[in-house]
Amino acid sequence: MANALEYKDVAFSYGEGGFRMEHLNFSVAEGELVAVLGHNGSGKSTLARLANGLLTPDGGEISVFGTVLREKNLFDIRKQVGIVFQNPDSQAVASIVEDDVAFGAENVGLPRKEIGERIGYALRAVGMEEYRTATISRLSGGQKQRVAIAGVLALRPKIMILDEATAMLDPRGRREIAEVVKQLNEREGITVLLITHFMEEALLCSRAVVMNRGEIVMEDAPANIFRRGEELLTYQLALPRIGEIANRLRAGGMNVADALDVDTLAEEIAKCVS
Amino acid sequence: MRIVAEHLSYTYNAGTPFAAKALDDVSLTIEEGEFFGVIGQTGSGKSTFVQHLNGLLRTPSSLKRGKKKDGTVLTVGGFDLTDRKTDFRALRRQVGMVFQYPENQLFAETVFSDVAFGYKNFAEKKPEAGEVERAVRDAISVVGLDYERVKDMSPFELSGGQKRRAAIAGVIVTKPEILVLDEPAAGLDPLGKREVMALLHKLKESWCKTVVIVSHDMDEVAENCTRVAVFSEGKVQYVLPPAELFRRTEELLRLGLDIPLTAKLVRALGQRGVTVDCDFTAEDLVRKLLALGGDQC
Repeated sequence: MANALEYKDVAFSYGEGGFRMEHLNFSVAEGELVAVLGHNGSGKSTLARLANGLLTPDGGEISVFGTVLREKNLFDIRKQVGIVFQNPDSQAVASIVEDDVAFGAENVGLPRKEIGERIGYALRAVGMEEYRTATISRLSGGQKQRVAIAGVLALRPKIMILDEATAMLDPRGRREIAEVVKQLNEREGITVLLITHFMEEALLCSRAVVMNRGEIVMEDAPANIFRRGEELLTYQLALPRIGEIANRLRAGGMNVADALDVDTLAEEIAKCVS
Repeated sequence: MRIVAEHLSYTYNAGTPFAAKALDDVSLTIEEGEFFGVIGQTGSGKSTFVQHLNGLLRTPSSLKRGKKKDGTVLTVGGFDLTDRKTDFRALRRQVGMVFQYPENQLFAETVFSDVAFGYKNFAEKKPEAGEVERAVRDAISVVGLDYERVKDMSPFELSGGQKRRAAIAGVIVTKPEILVLDEPAAGLDPLGKREVMALLHKLKESWCKTVVIVSHDMDEVAENCTRVAVFSEGKVQYVLPPAELFRRTEELLRLGLDIPLTAKLVRALGQRGVTVDCDFTAEDLVRKLLALGGDQC
């Protein structure tokens, strides 16, 4: 079966000098939840924007469920690949929640009754059905992002890309979004590409890739990626704090095994000191 | 300059049906030389509080003639912010304010003119060209950008982290004594975050006397701040050094706040019968754990 998303030898640049993507090869199977990591400027957002034709590659091919993305099928592809961006305040197009969620569905010319049903479905899926007639500007950041996700969901996409969608949220908002994303992947079977700087979010995924200079340079189970500290540093990524503490303990002679969660590390330490 | 607030309250849209109380009887002192943290959930009043520090939000008595002072105290050094006659422009030269995502406010054609704008805007009298250039050069250099390389570049050609530095340069160019930053590291990648925090320490050593940050990142607060004010529902719940604040894990969690990773570890160790007394910086935690005999393992 064809992959949900496939980049074949994709080249892209924003013009002379600066960022360049030369031979990007990357694929995502249907139903996967993949984390994309990388320092700012490594090409994560470019990867996202290429997936639904917001950017056009200079070379190579991008295909969505086996269909190669071309100018003439752009609108069909966009119905299948939705993107949620970083800023909760710049994605809303309407002032009332349901109008905003309806915007995409209206744009592709769905019948009115169907739009109503899809708004209901989308808001339920993100846990915002009580806010159907609420004013967006009065919502919290996490709620605004959930509305943005609902707007994408109303188009019933098969693939969803979150481009640092939690970067501007407080810790509570981040947890809300992580929860919603996990559910969409598990219950609705949506293939998700989660672009993030947060280890906790990457650990929810089944696979993680690290980008650097427009290339995929690491690919592994998220927990394994975060254990490869030396390598992460060469790609201008930091070792997660918990890994750093474990490293420092080892450097001081305490032989703790690597751990990415507090309880496991505490267990390791307890074994050594008592 | 010391910052003193006593009985400070603030209501948005006061006197209308949309009135919303954002600060409720806040009393708080920030000493000169502190690296002060302000934490709290979204909507807890922390941004409302810091916006008072350079007079972006003002007490009623500082706005209306004949409005009686009501026991509210708000002073920054010698400036009485409850007084209408206070020179708020002079205050703003002394209290630099860096908003969230300050790079969104870059606007000029070159990095030089963007940074120069703040200087000229707050100058007492029209500055001479050489004076502006010197100030801009110093500000751009101190934030870690290469002056000769970036001065004629468009701010939009810079990378994300560089843009943030340029935006900070545009605020510190007036050499404020107090620098207030609303989530200075938000949205940056992990290394970018560290670089910004390192920059703030450098600025505090060499440029400004006091740094006040609003943050949601408890690790950042635990590692960097001298003291922390916890806001909740418009009130200040605690003002404590991180070493004492993060012992109150249960209370902080009840307020819907996070605790730093070090505090989570201390808590998880406690549940396993291992007591560690640390100041919640990673360095101190590691040292104390090794001292518990863990280096023999």
